[in-house]
Amino acid sequence: MIAQLIDFLRNRLQTVTYFFFGGVAAIVIWSLTVDLHHAHTWAEQHIPVFWGLFGLISAMVIIFFSRWFGRGGIKTREDYYDN
Amino acid sequence: MTTSFFHPALVMIIGACVLPFLRDPFKKLFIVVVPVLTFIDVLYLNTQHGVYCVLPFMDWELTFGRVDNYSAVFGFIMALMAIIGSIYGLHVKNVWHHVAAWFYVAGSLGVIYCGDYLVLFLFWEMMAFASTFLIWFNTDKGALAAGFRYILVHTFGGVILLLGFVLRYQATGDLSFVHMDEQATQLYTWLIMAGLMLNAAVPPLHSWLPDAYSKATAAGAVFMCAFTTKTAVYTLVRAFAGFDILIILGVVMAIYGIVYAVMENDIRRLLGWEIVSQVGYMIAGVGIGTALAINGACAHAFAHILYKGLLFMGAGAVIHATGQSKFTNLGGLYRKMPNTLLFMIIGGISVSAFPFFSGFVTKSMIITAGFNEHLYTAAFLLTVVSAGTFLVAGLRLPYLLFFSDNRCSEDTYARAQDPPWNMQAAMLIAALFCLVIGSYLPFLYTMLPNAGVAFHPYNQYHLSETLQILGFTALAFYFFHKKIGPEACINLDLDWFYRRGGQLFLWLAKYPIQWADTAWGAAYRVVGLNSLMTTARFSSWFDWHGIDGVVDGIAYSVRALGRRVAMVLQRGQIQMTIYYTVTFAAVILIAFVWL
Repeated sequence: MIAQLIDFLRNRLQTVTYFFFGGVAAIVIWSLTVDLHHAHTWAEQHIPVFWGLFGLISAMVIIFFSRWFGRGGIKTREDYYDN
Repeated sequence: MTTSFFHPALVMIIGACVLPFLRDPFKKLFIVVVPVLTFIDVLYLNTQHGVYCVLPFMDWELTFGRVDNYSAVFGFIMALMAIIGSIYGLHVKNVWHHVAAWFYVAGSLGVIYCGDYLVLFLFWEMMAFASTFLIWFNTDKGALAAGFRYILVHTFGGVILLLGFVLRYQATGDLSFVHMDEQATQLYTWLIMAGLMLNAAVPPLHSWLPDAYSKATAAGAVFMCAFTTKTAVYTLVRAFAGFDILIILGVVMAIYGIVYAVMENDIRRLLGWEIVSQVGYMIAGVGIGTALAINGACAHAFAHILYKGLLFMGAGAVIHATGQSKFTNLGGLYRKMPNTLLFMIIGGISVSAFPFFSGFVTKSMIITAGFNEHLYTAAFLLTVVSAGTFLVAGLRLPYLLFFSDNRCSEDTYARAQDPPWNMQAAMLIAALFCLVIGSYLPFLYTMLPNAGVAFHPYNQYHLSETLQILGFTALAFYFFHKKIGPEACINLDLDWFYRRGGQLFLWLAKYPIQWADTAWGAAYRVVGLNSLMTTARFSSWFDWHGIDGVVDGIAYSVRALGRRVAMVLQRGQIQMTIYYTVTFAAVILIAFVWL
């Protein structure tokens, strides 16, 4: 059943992608209406979609830093410790 | 001490001792019943707070049963995880695997209920040794060596801990396992902290974790991912709450773990790095040390054991079915292992703090506590890691295993299937708990140690904040997922020093030291042995002719003299004997008078 559902969605990948973008857009719009009473800092209260931007930048920093770090000599061949 | 206290660790130990004598079908039943009994025992104890089982031993009093708010919540989750892990491993034929796992659980429960460092140390080492067997029972290449590395690192940690509490005992005469004073730190404070931190995998003492957990048996790794690090978090909560250095270490740990997890190619190493990262939150919570932060650390440990157990069970199911553990040899498995996919996604979204799942109501406590204390850098960095967590465990892991291109060999793909019923049942239980914790707050919140700390995760702002982070992280993954695809590589880490260091030592032993030894042997033969023989010959000659001559000569003389004396003085005639005696006495008397 799960497999059929996934096959069904994969066959309509374009639509699924649009729904995903639609979902993100909905989150953005909702975030503009939310009461900022619980915000911890100035930035959260004054930058719209603060946490969205924060999440996007965080994820990109992690992706590109890891890539740079790995390429910088941390990644090595699998039999490195074998003798 | 009351008679109503029966130590939960003892239930597991007795069970472990009886188990080898049982046969199926009783054995299988027993494997489930013993952890359930332990759990019931823990539930009973949680209503009976107090100090039990204080035994005198030499000059000390050993406390085995301290039941309070802290031990209650950790005892509960450890006993629950023992049930889940035992069900997951029900199909394992090797009875000693269960025995090792139960001794491991007993070690953890022993540490949780102990009241002094001697008992803590006893159970601490029991955990280390029992869990090593869960690695050694794996027959894969490299498991034996990984087990040795694991036990060596933990023995080192144990020795540091021992050193710390013995120094403390010498200085204060106190062995009790209680909170340390941050204002009066001594060398022993830091030694004890380092010993405990090694088990919590705090950098730079962390490399053993991904190394060992990726080499354990499928069922063994499920036990390992739950007990060692979280027991260490418990001990840190007890002894080092509010130590500022833990905030820094926790944040470093969270970031470090997630960076390595993004690069990782082995499923269980990735999850191991995720543990390092998630335990980082708990350590930071311990460091912040406020009532809310401590509640957060305990709650996050509780939730973490379940969702990480679930993820390790899913990974174990994949390895059990396919025999493969690398992303480069897997992929596209959703048609073959749909139930495993479902459970892993539940684990993934729980760790990523999706609303209504466990991570959402626990992780936010620690971050909120950070903001409340105005520790903005720490709180923001931990939020960065939240995005990374979703990226790794919620997106990268299921994507590479189940959805991306099929990189399996034909044989691997043909073998892939959902695991036996017992493994699925264990995953189902863990998944349900993830949902219950996230959706029904009183279940976990009423168990937390600091009662009366109000925390309401389900408010509009927090929901919006979480959804934004998750949504935009997914967006980043959508655009850049090819950048963090699988690569057939390993990643160098600080274990390089002891793995390469060990090899350097072997090389040194093999070449320079062996050469020196051979040269010394030759020199010894030529110079030493010859001179020794000459000396020995001289010594033998001297002994024979010199010493023996003197000794024998004296002996001969004494014997000859004695014979003469006897011939002259002891003729057997009484009148002659009296005559000589009296004459001798008279000579002595005259000499005495005149001289």
